Amino acid sequence: MDEAVVWLTIFVLSVFVGIEVIAKVSSTLHTPLMSGANAIHGVILLGAVLVTGTTDNDAALVVGLVAIVLAAVNMVGGFVVTDRMLKMFVRKKPKPADTKGEAA
Amino acid sequence: MPTWVQLVNLACAVCFILALKGLSGPRTARAGNLLGAAAAVVAVALPFIYLDLDHVPLILGAIAVGSVAGVVGAQRVQMTQMPQMVALFNGVGGGAAALVALLELHEMLPHEEAHSWFVFAATAFTILVGSISFSGSVITFAKLQELMTSRPVVFPGLPVVFGLSGVAAIVLGVLTVTGPTVTIGVVLALIGLLIGVLLVLPVGGADVPIVISLLNAFTGLTVAASGYVLDNVVLLVAGTLVGASGTFLTMLMAKAMGRSVTNILFGALKGGSTLGAGEASDRPVRSAGPEDVAILLGYADRVIIVPGYGLAVAQAQHTLRELVDVLTARGTKVDYAIHPVAGRMPGHMNVLLAEAQVPYEQLVEMDHINGDFKTTDVVLVVGANDVVNPAAKTSPGAPIYGMPILNADEARQIVFMKRSMRPGFAGIENELLFDPKTTLLFGDAKDSLGKLLSAVKAL
Repeated sequence: MDEAVVWLTIFVLSVFVGIEVIAKVSSTLHTPLMSGANAIHGVILLGAVLVTGTTDNDAALVVGLVAIVLAAVNMVGGFVVTDRMLKMFVRKKPKPADTKGEAA
Repeated sequence: MPTWVQLVNLACAVCFILALKGLSGPRTARAGNLLGAAAAVVAVALPFIYLDLDHVPLILGAIAVGSVAGVVGAQRVQMTQMPQMVALFNGVGGGAAALVALLELHEMLPHEEAHSWFVFAATAFTILVGSISFSGSVITFAKLQELMTSRPVVFPGLPVVFGLSGVAAIVLGVLTVTGPTVTIGVVLALIGLLIGVLLVLPVGGADVPIVISLLNAFTGLTVAASGYVLDNVVLLVAGTLVGASGTFLTMLMAKAMGRSVTNILFGALKGGSTLGAGEASDRPVRSAGPEDVAILLGYADRVIIVPGYGLAVAQAQHTLRELVDVLTARGTKVDYAIHPVAGRMPGHMNVLLAEAQVPYEQLVEMDHINGDFKTTDVVLVVGANDVVNPAAKTSPGAPIYGMPILNADEARQIVFMKRSMRPGFAGIENELLFDPKTTLLFGDAKDSLGKLLSAVKAL
């Protein structure tokens, strides 16, 4: 099989998986989901490390280091901020003690 | 690449799929996010182990700088500013992808014939779209942070400039494939930056979150293309997942707002209809003091609260929750009606109210509460406007026409807490403000809610 076709196959299958896994998300979670997906593409940091670590050109090294800083902001900041948001959704249990009139 | 590295890469790719799956359910969301983070860290650590990389101290230093900046930003940002933070993180990711592609172009040139034309095409795509994502995100950040006007910016000739840049981008893309040089790549990046700015300028404030989501998907696709160019399957899968799910999420959001993505991007170019008035009206309204509103609320059996972004800006969530607690103790049934796009992003209001420790069960989604308004005594609209604007149902020319709204107009009494008569984020007047059933309570939300709280306690 042509190598390009192998890559195309992985790409097409990933598209379907990407849509399928989030198809049932409730609108409550849209913001954290967007933020989490945003953090995942921060893995471009890997690409930045690969090109920077194999260059022997000074200008390219500088550009590569800039790319690494930007990608690290995206990846690390993205996961931390998503976690901060999601932490607030979890805390639901210690509630019934302080609200008395639950006339539902 | 050794086989074990390829297998670890496969494991990371699977973890990203599971991370997205986890993020789409409330119970699993946090675990999903942490799993994604772990997979990303492992994927980035791998090349340090199996490759003999140069400049390792500098690289680690750069990672440290970026990580510290990211963590500090993520910890300091207020929940109200979350949308622009996501925009910013997305923008720098897109910028990084474009830079990586430029470097890869530079590395490929000496042995150009060893690479297929498709590799150069993917590189050109990443340079262009990564730059668009970067500058577009910067503009969305500026709009949301109110560093510039949040209204659509249109100037005569914008469609022409936009069209010409598009043609230039295509020509440069073709040149990158037929006779690549670094200069062509750099010019392509500059054109991309210009297109990103032109793309986002005409988008009105209320639609900006959808554009953030779209640019997020763009960045995902650039990462996927980099994966192909760099021969790395983790980048390909992670990027494609984000690109596909991001595009789908963008369409879900657009649907929740009753808009189409093309309308959001190009609506303002077609004519003035999305512009709206944007000015304060001087038509007569009925306003009242906190004591009058306290009586309305205190003797109501059923109250629905419609919270909006103005509530969060005034940092009044906690005071509002206290008021609701007092009302509930008096025997009033109180719920919060959450519009899908309340706040600045879908789900944003849930985050903001969760921060103020409002019990999850009191937050009712639009479809579940819309039938209740008819039997509701008082609707208290705090810092919201567009999500209860009947123009979405009645005036086909309005920019929000077709957006599903909360049926606050069906309630017996409506109380708006507003700072002024200025229109909402969409920039159009709300007829509901002039309805005979409506009372306005002017002032800062936190201040007014505080007064309202003491007035209700005094009843």
